[in-house]
Amino acid sequence: MATYQLNINGQRKQVNVDPSTPLLWVLREDLKMTGTKYGCGISACGACTVHVDGVATRSCVVPVSLIGNREIVTIEGIAQDPVGRVVQEAWVDKDVVQCGYCQSGQIMSAVALLKSTSKPSDTNIEESMGGNLCRCATYVRIREAIKSAALQLK
Amino acid sequence: MLSNRRFFIRTLLIILVSFVASIVLSTSATVYVHKDDANLPNALAAWEQVYSVLTSPRCINCHTATNYPQQGDDRHRHFANVIRGPEGKGVPGLNCLSCHQETNADSTGVPGGQNWHLAPLSMQWQDVNDRPFSSAAVCRALTNRSKNNGLDGPALLKHHEEEALVLWAWNPGRRPDGTMRTLPPISHAEFVNATRTWVDARMPCPAGR
Repeated sequence: MATYQLNINGQRKQVNVDPSTPLLWVLREDLKMTGTKYGCGISACGACTVHVDGVATRSCVVPVSLIGNREIVTIEGIAQDPVGRVVQEAWVDKDVVQCGYCQSGQIMSAVALLKSTSKPSDTNIEESMGGNLCRCATYVRIREAIKSAALQLK
Repeated sequence: MLSNRRFFIRTLLIILVSFVASIVLSTSATVYVHKDDANLPNALAAWEQVYSVLTSPRCINCHTATNYPQQGDDRHRHFANVIRGPEGKGVPGLNCLSCHQETNADSTGVPGGQNWHLAPLSMQWQDVNDRPFSSAAVCRALTNRSKNNGLDGPALLKHHEEEALVLWAWNPGRRPDGTMRTLPPISHAEFVNATRTWVDARMPCPAGR
């Protein structure tokens, strides 16, 4: 076991965990931040996506020992970000969510896309969101919401 | 009058040929083949050792000709729809760094190293059907300074000696099932020694396509 001081959504959080524990389980089990979801556990589905220093990161495969002092943003904190807030509003406006399980990861990836590409093309969206799977197949509405958010952010 | 004109054309041709030759000499590896050099067999044997490493899965998986990296000893397409992206580092939302950290994550089986990224397309060592290029073709690509980021012999040697992602090939960590990833066919020290022998012999390339 080891103690880590994590910077999550602008707050310092201390955890005492096995160094090999994936960040996902530290968030969910130790910090009770269950907005970030477990999907596949092998970084294949994107449900566990959080931001680490602004990079959309698959928290299920990153051991907490490799996080260091980097800034973590989860779905619980994304509304504090101007782009994140607009994306969440677009998600509601376009009624994207069906079962909702994958949507926190979808939103985190969409925010990462829009922060680097203000006017994403269909190809940009397909490439950047291609690692986030949705068993309800809400892909058409996800695309609409990303384009709507991009217009709002202009 | 006619002889003056012939003289002018001949001179122009000589200048043109010299100019083209100088460009070829400065960029192509084929000129480094010194058939009379007694050391040539040793140098070419050393090159084949280097080639055996470059085309091993730990190296060639990120020297693709395609829009995606490969993974595994069978060099299959990287899972999760990972693509190259404009700088070989993936795309927003799905960067290499989305999973690959600065060190191996043995508890989750994800390899890692500093600045994890794909080699540029100019340094592809296989075709679009994932067939490794021949020894001669990889040698030509590796020694072509218009393709290899301007590296000359000593710089190539330094790259093989010190570059973090090159060193990673001999410390590739564990697979998700806990087993160790396979290593290149020779040790890093042997790889560096072979590179040095080949560089010292002015980087000869085997004949052929």
